[in-house]
Amino acid sequence: MKPDTPHGRLRKAPEHFLNAHQWQTVVSEWRLGRRGFFEKALAGALAGGSALALAQTNPVGPEGGDPHILNLPEHAKGLGLGVATDGYGKPSRFEANVQRRQSPGLTQTTQASVSFAPLQSLFGIVTPSGLHFERHHQGWWDIDPSKHRFMVNGWVQKPLVFTVDEIMRLPSQSRFHFIECGANTAVEWAQVAVPTVQYTHGMISCSEFTGVPLITLLEMAGADLKNGRFVLAEGGEGSSMTRTIPMSLITSGEVMVAYGQNGEMLRPENGYPLRLVVPGVQGVSWVKYLRRVEVGDQPYATKDEAIHYMDLLPNGTHRQYTSLQECKSVVTTPSGGQVLLDQGFYNISGLAWSGRGKVKRVDVSVDGGRNWRSARLQSPVLSKALTRFNIDWVWDGKPAIIQSRAIDETGFVQPTYAQLRAVRGTRSIYHNNAIQSWWVQESGEVKNVQVA
Amino acid sequence: MLMMCGATALAQKPADAYPGVARLATASEVAAWDIDVRADFKGLPKGAGSVAQGQDVWEAKCAACHGVFGESNEVFNPVIGGVTAQDVERGRVANLTRSDYPSRTTLMKLATLSTLWDYINRAMPWNAPKSLSVNEVYAVVAYMLHLSEVVPDPFVLSDHNIAQVQQRMPNRLGMTTDHAMWPGREWGRRASRPDTANTACMKNCATDPQVASLLPDFARNAHGNLRDQNRLVGPQRGANTLLADASAPSAGVGAAISPLAAGNKASMALLTQHNCTACHGLERKIVGPALTDVAKRYNGQADVLVVKIKSGGVGVWGPIPMPAQNLPDADAKAIAAWLARGAPR
Repeated sequence: MKPDTPHGRLRKAPEHFLNAHQWQTVVSEWRLGRRGFFEKALAGALAGGSALALAQTNPVGPEGGDPHILNLPEHAKGLGLGVATDGYGKPSRFEANVQRRQSPGLTQTTQASVSFAPLQSLFGIVTPSGLHFERHHQGWWDIDPSKHRFMVNGWVQKPLVFTVDEIMRLPSQSRFHFIECGANTAVEWAQVAVPTVQYTHGMISCSEFTGVPLITLLEMAGADLKNGRFVLAEGGEGSSMTRTIPMSLITSGEVMVAYGQNGEMLRPENGYPLRLVVPGVQGVSWVKYLRRVEVGDQPYATKDEAIHYMDLLPNGTHRQYTSLQECKSVVTTPSGGQVLLDQGFYNISGLAWSGRGKVKRVDVSVDGGRNWRSARLQSPVLSKALTRFNIDWVWDGKPAIIQSRAIDETGFVQPTYAQLRAVRGTRSIYHNNAIQSWWVQESGEVKNVQVA
Repeated sequence: MLMMCGATALAQKPADAYPGVARLATASEVAAWDIDVRADFKGLPKGAGSVAQGQDVWEAKCAACHGVFGESNEVFNPVIGGVTAQDVERGRVANLTRSDYPSRTTLMKLATLSTLWDYINRAMPWNAPKSLSVNEVYAVVAYMLHLSEVVPDPFVLSDHNIAQVQQRMPNRLGMTTDHAMWPGREWGRRASRPDTANTACMKNCATDPQVASLLPDFARNAHGNLRDQNRLVGPQRGANTLLADASAPSAGVGAAISPLAAGNKASMALLTQHNCTACHGLERKIVGPALTDVAKRYNGQADVLVVKIKSGGVGVWGPIPMPAQNLPDADAKAIAAWLARGAPR
């Protein structure tokens, strides 16, 4: 740094909480042994804000103050733990309630089953990898990446084999995307069935995925991108899960062969070492333990395109190849199974997403849908990723029904249950994107309800 | 940004843009992995299997999960059932239109026979996938089709006649791709508008919100205690679903003034005070057994429990010993009494 660099370019705490004159005074007074000035100056700076009303939930005790303030705790008076005590750190022991969970009775086995992410306890848009929802069809494996291979064949000039090393040598991308199971909120099609947002909406997660665009790998193999309109993706685990992927989504550059998730490698439960990322499309297409893609001119009618993940209409016809996850949102706090601590201010917070692009707006109602206010969208607002919304609310202790309604960049407005059932009936399973209602009772307890 | 990628894709990078990365797959490698069978039966290996052979394989390897007749609901949803000879003629399964029909079996929904062959071949039996021979797969499929009135017995299903059998699949005409939920243009012209069209009304919207559906009280604790499924800090807590609804005033007041409840609270405070909870979770094994498990085993035996706490022990719950605990007799007795009455909250 040049000696004539003006002061103030570098900000170091705590000196710059004070202006230059104050600091000069601090130094000179300190030299005189009058260090009390420093505290006074800081206290003065802090007092600039408005006076805080004491929260009712933290009343002043008989000792004239909060014992947690008056009596210094152990951690303020002792020596803490050292670095690298835990080589791969874990959440606080007080966070033990934040777990992904099975829904009792939903499946008879744990290997062909699902666990739900605890949306009620998450902030922002990123799902911690250890809390990412799981859906396995034949159990999960922790596969040795040095023995895993990826193959491209079908309508290609050169069928190719890649090692994981080779995939990781190629130019990479990192992008945030949500992954939602097509069966998220499935149990609520006909009526309320589960108590909390973990079980109603917890088959969604959002991560930063890192990998190679699938189009790069197809180009290397000399794929016929014009006539090869459909691509089969196939997993390497017991069920060797398969799904048909649209070529137009691959040539757009969006579909990715991913190895990274939230800065680390994929978790084994999420497909380590390779999984397909198919933005905006239901999770079953994001094939885990990805071993092969095949280029062809017809869709493949795989098990999860011909028996499951289809939408039954009231006339007995199934909509087949319904892959896209339409615009949807849910308030995560306050939400079902929670109890509000007291009347007064709350930040209603939730998640919105669309398989068709960005979320444009989210409206929130606290009177069951009669009146709505637009929520604040928290940055970043990304295409085919979760978007966090927040809105202020002062709870007066009276019953309230909280709803959120998302609108995406195509102008599509999230439907009500009545609208959805009018076209698809109540016997459908997949792609339930209806507006969710949470009933705040006078006791403060919140319940999952559906409104007529 | 994504559109730019698309433009590059159309230009087709030269195949040698990344020298030293990837190699040609050999014919035997492709053969080992390329096992998919498409709806037009592309990929189907030559072979044959009879209904009778299929029944033998089924009873040995499939029936444990799916039931002898594919009807079982014990492990997976029923595979067989719900289709009729009329469905086979029409190509539509009538029971799919009935809201009172309790089940939707695989054979009721399936339009493409290839799917059945492909999935059994790649993923069955569930605990030993890819262990069936090609002819065994044909045989199992033949048996399932026979149970569904698609083929008679005796019948041999083979690569020669499978396309004809496809023309008898009960729900072969039951599918549509006329919807806006395929994220591409591969189908040509199909419905491009979503099937719902909500509008964003903001004020005095035409709705009179009435709660039409909520969980019945008996299901309140069906997903476990929601108190333990929420963070311990923040604007809300999880509802204690072991107690009656907090909105029912009688229950709330009763719990608050009950002397027993106060005793429970005091005992649980002692657990923390004397570090019992370092090794014993309330409902979860940590180093030692869960306190609720201890309470079950020593129900009503407060005297035994006092001795256990004061003297320690080993062997009842495993090899890790519990050391003798140094705490006042009164506290040990209070904890023991609380455990003996079932460790209530």
